[in-house]
Amino acid sequence: MTALPLDYWLTAGLLLVGLYGLIASPNLLRKLMSLNILQASIIVFFIQLGAKTGAAPPFAPEHAEVVAADYVNPLPQTLMLTAIVVGVATTGLALALLIGIHRHFGTLDEADILRRLRE
Amino acid sequence: MRDHLPLLAIAVPLTAAMIAPLLGRSSVALARGLAILASLLTLAAALGALAASLAAGPVRYALAGWPPPFGIELVVDPLSGSVASLVAAIATLVAVWGVPSPDRPGGGVFWALFLLLVAGLVGIAVTGDLFNLFVFLEISALAGYALLGAHDARSRVAGFRYLLVGTVAGSFYLLGVGYLYALTGTLNMADMAARLPAHAGSPLVTLGVALIVAGLAAKSALFPLHGWLPDAYAYAPPAVVAFVAAVASKVSVYALIRILFDVVGSAGPLSTLLGILGWTAAAASVAGAGMAIAQQDFRRLLAYSSVSQMGYIFLGLAIGNEAAFTGALLHLVSHAVMKANLFLVAGGVLWRRGGCRLDDFGGLSRQMPVTTTALAVTALSMAGLPPTAGFFSKYYLVLGAIQEGAWWWLGAIVLSTLLGIAYLLGVLERAWFGERASDEVGGELPPRLLVPIVTLTAAVLAIGLFNQDLVEVVLRHALPASVR
Repeated sequence: MTALPLDYWLTAGLLLVGLYGLIASPNLLRKLMSLNILQASIIVFFIQLGAKTGAAPPFAPEHAEVVAADYVNPLPQTLMLTAIVVGVATTGLALALLIGIHRHFGTLDEADILRRLRE
Repeated sequence: MRDHLPLLAIAVPLTAAMIAPLLGRSSVALARGLAILASLLTLAAALGALAASLAAGPVRYALAGWPPPFGIELVVDPLSGSVASLVAAIATLVAVWGVPSPDRPGGGVFWALFLLLVAGLVGIAVTGDLFNLFVFLEISALAGYALLGAHDARSRVAGFRYLLVGTVAGSFYLLGVGYLYALTGTLNMADMAARLPAHAGSPLVTLGVALIVAGLAAKSALFPLHGWLPDAYAYAPPAVVAFVAAVASKVSVYALIRILFDVVGSAGPLSTLLGILGWTAAAASVAGAGMAIAQQDFRRLLAYSSVSQMGYIFLGLAIGNEAAFTGALLHLVSHAVMKANLFLVAGGVLWRRGGCRLDDFGGLSRQMPVTTTALAVTALSMAGLPPTAGFFSKYYLVLGAIQEGAWWWLGAIVLSTLLGIAYLLGVLERAWFGERASDEVGGELPPRLLVPIVTLTAAVLAIGLFNQDLVEVVLRHALPASVR
């Protein structure tokens, strides 16, 4: 098995940072930001799958002979455009919920909110 | 027409979701009518595609004319057709029930979100593309968070926590798909199934499949990933919970079946994963039932009961012979019908009596005889008494476990069934013999709320009485080829 490239380990590290923040952070807004980091790590992972050093953008002149190896694979980037849209929608909805939570409880500290829910 | 049915099943609720907010501006009743109509049309399209697939093999539709594996493909086979029909049928009944909660009529936006949820869930069922499945997974999840979290402050906290777990689960799924895509260069399920065997035994397949399984298991609230579920179900509007609890988790199980058995198959670490899932599911069925006994709120009780019942479905997959797998699919259908009905009954009690703690069920049979009968039939089905739906799905599961000699798992099914009888009989005992303070107002539920309850109760009995036909005609053809 070939050794995995450095950027692979970097994205894996980014994912773990997001996961750690989600678990360890006591504040709901910070949890949401950690979630965004986790999503970003997956986006970088896909982008890096499609990256190719020295290749051209995937536009071929008409009637020219096309060698696939000379061009960047555009599919991972296209997929990630969709994933980014999904991420934005998730963040927007989450922020809307957080505004509602903050209006009612006056705090975004998870422990405080859970304590008040049990009262 | 036949070829377009898979597309129609998604396009109809999606289009209706765009129109609903506009209609809701002038009249909420109009928006609700649109939701009922769209759900019915979706049901017709899904049933039509299911019938076509049973008659002449899977119905395939290449989106925008791009031939697969380059374009996105929709596929309706007996399994996906059954799941899509189930989603649309429950959606229709919940739309007839009509309001998110009796004291808060839903506006056009509520119905738009509801229809988006339907479109997302049907989409998961009929898509033949792994990335497209992620998109539908997130569409349904986002609509679900918004519907569950829009009620009051408590439901917002529960909805937000569900959003965190659900998004991490979705991200894990996407990452897993990324690994498989990097290996095979394709996202089409059928194409990937053909290419994966060349990579059998690669640690990247193991990692990718494990991530997908973890993500989908969390989405379907498999113990111990169920933490988000009780609060989300207890604080949200009854009609929303009835729909989400009944079908959303089932659709995730469907996705798991599709990917594990049809896409990955023997190319991945199937037996190891199924072993882990089996033991987790055994723990889920017992622990969920145990926690349900301790609950004082009926909706919370039902939520923990869902944790337990999802365990049965996963146990059926893990045992993996024909009988157990049939049991798992039958339970997928029957539990959806039963759980939708029980949550609607809970919503009715909440409306008439202002609460649905167990004590609020006291003397219910004198105030609402029809609803109480529906509650009794469905609860007995949940407990697994013949001739109801719940008995036969458990019968197939037990039969499969005995054939396979999976005694520990059989023990888990029996133990959790006994616990299940305990918590459900507690409710029934209160409904019939309990006393209720004299401030009773109103009698039986109005027809609009009663029609879905009675229909679902009839379905519980019908699935039980005609279980053999259902299995022979539909579900047997829905089993993965490796199990049949």
